[in-house]
Amino acid sequence: MELFRIKKDIPFMSYGRLTTAISLVTFILAVVFLATRGLNFGVDFTGGTVMEVNYPQAANLESVRKAVDSIGLKEATVQNFGSSHDVLIRLPVKTGVSVAKLSEEVKAALVAADSTAEVRRVEAVGAQVGDELYENGGLALFFVSLGIMLYLWLRFEWRFAVAAIIANMHDVVIILGFFAFFQWEFNLTVLAAILAVLGYSVNESVVVFDRVRENFRKMRKASVVQVIDNAITRTMSRTIITHTMTQTMVGSMLLFGGEVLHNFALALTIGILFGIYSSVLVACPIAMWLGVNRANLIGDIEKKEGGKKEVVVEPDPSEFAS
Amino acid sequence: MNRYPMWKNILVAVMILIGLIYTIPNFFGESPAVQITPAKSTTKLDSALLDKVEDIFKQEKIEYDGVYQDARGVKARFKNTDTQIRAKDVLQANLGTDYTVALNLLSRSPNWLRSLGAKPMYLGLDLRGGVHFLMQVDMKAALSKAAERFVGDFKIALRKERISYVGVSREGETVQIHFNNAEELTKAHAVIAKEYPNLTLEESTIGEEKILKASLNLVEQKSIQDFAIKQNIQTLHNRINELGVAEPIIQQQGADRVVVQLPGVQDTAKAKEILGRTATLEIRMVDEEKSDAATLEKAEKGQAPIGDDVFKNRDGRAVLVKKSVVLTGDYITDAGPGVDSQSGRSTVNVTLDARGARIFQQVTRENVGKRMAILLIEKGSTEVITAPTINEEIGGGRVQISGMANTQEATDIALLLRAGALAAPMDIVEERTVGPSMGQDNINRGIHSTLWGFAAIAVMMMIYYVAFGAVSVTALAINLLLLVAILSMLQATLTLPGLAAIALALGMAIDANVLINERIREELRNGNTPQASIHAGYERAWDTILDSNVTTLIAGLALFMFGTGPIKGFAVVHVLGILTSMFSAVLVSRAIVNLIYGYRRKLTKLSIGQIYKG
Repeated sequence: MELFRIKKDIPFMSYGRLTTAISLVTFILAVVFLATRGLNFGVDFTGGTVMEVNYPQAANLESVRKAVDSIGLKEATVQNFGSSHDVLIRLPVKTGVSVAKLSEEVKAALVAADSTAEVRRVEAVGAQVGDELYENGGLALFFVSLGIMLYLWLRFEWRFAVAAIIANMHDVVIILGFFAFFQWEFNLTVLAAILAVLGYSVNESVVVFDRVRENFRKMRKASVVQVIDNAITRTMSRTIITHTMTQTMVGSMLLFGGEVLHNFALALTIGILFGIYSSVLVACPIAMWLGVNRANLIGDIEKKEGGKKEVVVEPDPSEFAS
Repeated sequence: MNRYPMWKNILVAVMILIGLIYTIPNFFGESPAVQITPAKSTTKLDSALLDKVEDIFKQEKIEYDGVYQDARGVKARFKNTDTQIRAKDVLQANLGTDYTVALNLLSRSPNWLRSLGAKPMYLGLDLRGGVHFLMQVDMKAALSKAAERFVGDFKIALRKERISYVGVSREGETVQIHFNNAEELTKAHAVIAKEYPNLTLEESTIGEEKILKASLNLVEQKSIQDFAIKQNIQTLHNRINELGVAEPIIQQQGADRVVVQLPGVQDTAKAKEILGRTATLEIRMVDEEKSDAATLEKAEKGQAPIGDDVFKNRDGRAVLVKKSVVLTGDYITDAGPGVDSQSGRSTVNVTLDARGARIFQQVTRENVGKRMAILLIEKGSTEVITAPTINEEIGGGRVQISGMANTQEATDIALLLRAGALAAPMDIVEERTVGPSMGQDNINRGIHSTLWGFAAIAVMMMIYYVAFGAVSVTALAINLLLLVAILSMLQATLTLPGLAAIALALGMAIDANVLINERIREELRNGNTPQASIHAGYERAWDTILDSNVTTLIAGLALFMFGTGPIKGFAVVHVLGILTSMFSAVLVSRAIVNLIYGYRRKLTKLSIGQIYKG
């Protein structure tokens, strides 16, 4: 089977203004949602207690609420989770009460109210531990970006490194924007997914950049725009197939992974959808506007390889005009 | 051009074989087992225990599948849980309180696999159920405790040198000594500087008063903190032993935190109670007046006189001690083995804090000539370690306990004394509990998402790339095999995010094969011969694969460095998955393609799903 049979190169770069405009709008929207709504951080970050309780019959939320209220925890939220048999209880951090003690009290109250209650999961995190995680998460994000930029700079050229990282950050901000807009819970696994997306999405850019570099060598007569258009068109088949495969896997996780992996798979899905687009249609125009050309990409490499000293520079049409 | 040299084919074959061997244990499942570990740090682990366990099984006619010994203790496997539980009860009854018998699960894989070191993956708490605690050691308290000790020490040192002072007080982590005149201060400065070289001394004046401020220097602070966390970990080890937990994990995390993981524990309330328990050492006076032969005999039968308790000493003889406690282990700041300079016999040197020292001095002054018992309370039972006669008043908080048989015993008892109490208070700052049914659910979910995803990818790849698609899927399956094998070999902890990472690794690994297959198609489209296309396809795709995987690798490594717990688990699998996918996508799939096409002289068409011609 062959889905992509494109004879002529698609003029992606001429849509540059349009794609950039779309990106800019989504990006700004994401930032606005992040600023106004903020992220709904899970206990991993904020500290607090989350308990998942299972009942053999449909849970009576009212009686659960009463049980939790009875030990003076009015600020607790009680809601169904996944199915009507499962209940999720959230408690914020209380100063002066150890996280471990709190869950024990709640458990006792729940069992007293209904002896069939089975506590399936407890996560209690102190506020300080949460703060540290916040810090470490930020550091991880920073070092991943830095590492990727350094590698791309060494392997390609600084213009590509900058373009790729902007495209990547754009993906990350948009994922965060989605989480802010829908107020999905942002927890540790979501952070892991975002960092995985960073690594994954940059794959895309690298594949295209690789082809751009190769084209600069082969297509000596072509303009920068033609070279980039050709590179994107030629790798499009691979881009779509690969993303479909990865998304299939992530989709399977979304379907069968249960509640714990749900947000993880959700973050990956958004990352993959926007990754297809941004790493190609955001990274390339940026690289172009930063002034990528044959000289600064191939020239360097040929000098390093010690081969031809002579660098073929395409004559600028404007020179003829004058 | 598309033939691998023999060594390369053999390399691939050997890798797959190794992958198979180390993956297999995961399929055997686990059988019920019991684990026998020494309950006290003084009980030695040797092959005699193994023989003893086998003897007990023979006597009680308990059928077992195998008994073997490892670094931690003796383990025995059984056919079913009924025998397991009976064996546990029988063993506990026969071995007594010296050993902890815990229920466990052991791999059912055959012995030849185990002798190769092939074990199933180690499952994290979210997959097997259990409880995870992160405990914070209060370092400020450890330092204050140390400072408190110096208050007492200074008073004694100054008195001994006949230096007059107004008062000694502690403020936070510094100790201040107040003097009336500068002369005394200079003398005191010299004395303290000589005896305590690890203190930073500072002189100041407030009004008429001269003050000498002593604070711990950074090196000393660090060593106190290191000591505190080590002792706390040791104490936790002892306490967890009481829970009879198979394979607990107790690890230091960062400078002041301890991670405790108890797989399979369901009674978290009991676990917390035992972890938080204090004082397992007591000093009480021996009741000399009532210790006549008749009373002792009665006492041995359990009838202690009013106001007294009866405990056994190390020889098994009864000792009558008063109910009132002189000192508890809380007052002990340090204990170490030593040698008595006069007799040359082994001793245990115990250091008490200032308050403990004061009490001890008073009690010894009032009870010269009488015996004092040092009791160790372990696992709810009390034992008299030693009951020496007090020869003189003991001040300064340094107590020498003599009567040790040898240096080994002195070392063991010092360890026990130290282990009894926490060096600094601890708080549980993070708690994660996963019920056993939840753990099984999580495993099923992880496995289902991986398998269904894999099946869908396999179908799509084979429809789209036909034979080359089948090769890619085979390479992907081998990738999964190698990844599981490496995880089993490393005994890395597999968590639910780790399972997600396996699924994601498979989704991403197919990228390399897609890149290769697309390249081959492109070469064919450009009119190259099939053999040349295969060659060029693999060669050209390699650069891209390398570049794109290195960037993913960078992300994975950063995740590993900054992640904790489940994120680290995700990162490990992610990074390993990238490495195995590079190997399988490039080397393994090439080897298979070479075997299929490399030996055909006249190759006119490749089965790569191409409909259109160039």
